[in-house]
Amino acid sequence: MSEFYLVRVHVTLKKGVMDPQGEAVKQGLLTLGYQGVKEVRVGKYLEVALEAPDEEEARRQVEEMCRRLLANPVLEDFSVDIHAAQRHQEEHENTSAYSI
Amino acid sequence: MRFGVIVFPGSNCDQDVYYALKEVLGQPVDYLWYAETRVDGYDCLILPGGFSYGDYLRPGALAGLSPIMTAVKEFALRGGIVLGICNGFQILLEAGLLPGAMLRNRCLQFRCQDVYLRVENNRTPFTGRFARGQVLRMPIAHNEGNYYVDPATLERLKEKNQIVFRYCTREGKITPEANPNGSVDNIAGIINEEGNILGLMPHPERCVEELLGGTDGREFLASLLDWWAVQGLRRSSNSC
Repeated sequence: MSEFYLVRVHVTLKKGVMDPQGEAVKQGLLTLGYQGVKEVRVGKYLEVALEAPDEEEARRQVEEMCRRLLANPVLEDFSVDIHAAQRHQEEHENTSAYSI
Repeated sequence: MRFGVIVFPGSNCDQDVYYALKEVLGQPVDYLWYAETRVDGYDCLILPGGFSYGDYLRPGALAGLSPIMTAVKEFALRGGIVLGICNGFQILLEAGLLPGAMLRNRCLQFRCQDVYLRVENNRTPFTGRFARGQVLRMPIAHNEGNYYVDPATLERLKEKNQIVFRYCTREGKITPEANPNGSVDNIAGIINEEGNILGLMPHPERCVEELLGGTDGREFLASLLDWWAVQGLRRSSNSC
């Protein structure tokens, strides 16, 4: 029997890859007076809702998605958090129909 | 030499490339819609600049999965000539046809200006009309042109002479100030090891007439015709 999963994917620049956006955000924080800020790295957050037989298969698929599209392996690392999810009737169009 | 200009949703330099090939160089050229699955009958495919798929996820990432890209890959693997300009270069990187990836410009500005380029390799189908070390002037217009490769791949690119253009000063010096986007080693354009797939951030199609401010782009594109005149003859004699 298939289950629904909500997978939270974080994509981050690899260590050692220059992050011009992060550097600019850091400068902004320093300007606001947060003198303790040493480094900021900007990444991406994606939510993938999918149907899969079990959690292991959901993880396998999403990790493969990361390698093939969601992250660029030249520049980026990724991490995935998998949660069992429920599908519910959406009240409005464009609202996510899945929740943890 | 028959050219195909691939049109992705969000391409915006396709008509400029078409004009340069048809009106300036007088070559047969067709637009090829991204949903096509065949590219038969063409001698060179060009992926033009623009903002395919709105640059969603990463520039070039989604265009790299377009139906036509399967045919482009097969064409390239058979030795077909493929040129990616700006967003087209980003697509070739994302599709794995060229090594490396693009980061946001180091300056965090969209850079729209003329740049100077030093020809590092003139023994390609794209650069035969230039001398090694010659300085060209071409326009750039991009936000993500900050080319990145890991140090090991960079060494390999150098060793195999795959770096074709580097940003330089008017005098041809490679300096940090001449680098508009932070690219590793001032890289503006590279070619694959086999020498048939080239990607560059500058826009040759925007400098094909004096009226446009320069003609270095015309010489770049015309190099292909020179190469084809020799290579095409060789191919047809081989088939006899």
